[in-house]
Amino acid sequence: MARLARLALGEDELEPMARELSAVLDHIAKISELDLADVAPTSHVVEVTGALRPDEPRPCLPREVVLAQAPEVSGEGFLVPSPQA
Amino acid sequence: MLELSARGAAAAIAAGSLSRGELFDAYRARAAADRAAAGDGLNCFTWVAERAPGEDSGAPLQGVPLAVKDLFCTAGVPSQSGSRILEGYEPPYTATVVSRLTGAGASLLGKTNQDEFAMGSSNENSAFGVVRNPWDRERVPGGSSGGSAAAVAAGLTPWALGTDTGGSIRQPAALCGIVGLKPTYGSVSRYGMIAFASSLDQAGPLTRDVGDAALLLRHMVGRDACDATSLEFPQQIELPTAERLDGMRLGVPEELTGEGIEPGVLQAFRHTLEQAQELGAEVQSAHLPHAPHALSAYYVIAPAEASSNLARFDGVRYGFRAEGASDLLDMYTRTRHDGFGAEVKRRIMLGTYALSSGYYDAYYGRAQRVRTKISEDFRTAFQSVDFIVTPTSPTVAFRLGERTGEPLSMYLSDYCTVPMSLAGIPAISIPCGLSEGLPVGFQIAGPAFSENRLLAAAHALEQAIGFDGGAARG
Repeated sequence: MARLARLALGEDELEPMARELSAVLDHIAKISELDLADVAPTSHVVEVTGALRPDEPRPCLPREVVLAQAPEVSGEGFLVPSPQA
Repeated sequence: MLELSARGAAAAIAAGSLSRGELFDAYRARAAADRAAAGDGLNCFTWVAERAPGEDSGAPLQGVPLAVKDLFCTAGVPSQSGSRILEGYEPPYTATVVSRLTGAGASLLGKTNQDEFAMGSSNENSAFGVVRNPWDRERVPGGSSGGSAAAVAAGLTPWALGTDTGGSIRQPAALCGIVGLKPTYGSVSRYGMIAFASSLDQAGPLTRDVGDAALLLRHMVGRDACDATSLEFPQQIELPTAERLDGMRLGVPEELTGEGIEPGVLQAFRHTLEQAQELGAEVQSAHLPHAPHALSAYYVIAPAEASSNLARFDGVRYGFRAEGASDLLDMYTRTRHDGFGAEVKRRIMLGTYALSSGYYDAYYGRAQRVRTKISEDFRTAFQSVDFIVTPTSPTVAFRLGERTGEPLSMYLSDYCTVPMSLAGIPAISIPCGLSEGLPVGFQIAGPAFSENRLLAAAHALEQAIGFDGGAARG
């Protein structure tokens, strides 16, 4: 799970994490007692209509403004370590 | 001047009897002193403005200073959402709600401390350190908008902006003896709020009284083209004047007012119900049969959305990057390991699990169905009552460190506030008295877009209660 979440958890962190998550999951498991067979899921609580807009080009942030926040840049782009070092 | 409400200060400035520069400097001095003291003070602020903004614009908020939770993006001003992973981040744009308020004449006083990415109920999960409660410095201010709440209570700012996902405005407001309002989901733009759980996050005011909450909210609401889930608020937000509650039906849900609520809190709550009756309200019992399952559903939905929202923090485009990585994947995982705090990692893990193949239906799918049932419970209840009322927090402010080792007991702090969040309905917390010398919050919740009625009822009750928060302002 830590690998899926891109979190490098150390050996010393795994045991407490597993214990704490188990306690929370036990609590959450209570919802399995409910009969929800005919209930529709809610993903959004307030009805929104007409959220579409014309797809028109608009100015975006200048490149140098965006790159100014990056930990490392190279010329016109973000610099990252090689995927296969 | 520091005893004036925010709207009182705005009126005095408009009338020419108070200088906006002097008011700003007075609050700036208090906020800057707290920032300089860091862990030796209340530690409410993560950044304080250097100087007063420009001259009189004649805008309605008249330059009255405003503190803003760290997670709102403010152009050129540090915005870290309380996290190391956004170390040094100064966004190139400003959150819509902040632009609206400064456009209406508010002056940005500073950014306030919070639980990292708004995950927490005690403000002990911040890269900037814990915030202390001005009523008792050995206790928590609540969270996640703990810096905003403590700053308002201590008189370091006239008012503040916070966000509420499962109780993060209302619970700290309750623990600090101030007013906190979570508006109807969609009424305030989320554009520029560093996201936690997008289907629940909502910005709202933290203020000394109900009138100030109404004034601040008036200038926050409205549709924003940058947030497709935002909506036009159906009316203008009115400043409340009601002094009576004649004919008002208040529903007390037995599911949220029994077991688990501290006796002192329950006593203050019941006393407030008597005061409501004296004002003409009718108090009756109500039922929210699925409310006891709200916390479980919330702790699936919120971490699931968080695990997805927080995937963007990878050390590539902004903020912190860990050193010494061997390749790209190693850089991601080390950055996220060193950049996120323990609670954030816990919730990312929980959310990743709940969304993973084979578990999705059992967790996320079921939680969304529970959410439907909770909304239905409220709809049914509002057919026979005008408002649902509960204690805001099951306990008064707890001691620093008391719950940090036990996530589940921390999560129970949100027991009474999470159901309203899942239903997307507005709810306000007002201080209703003291228990063991610490403030108790009274929560009033109404149907979607009932903010004007909610504020009116809260105002009438506030007048009858006559809570004095002066002790915390020192």
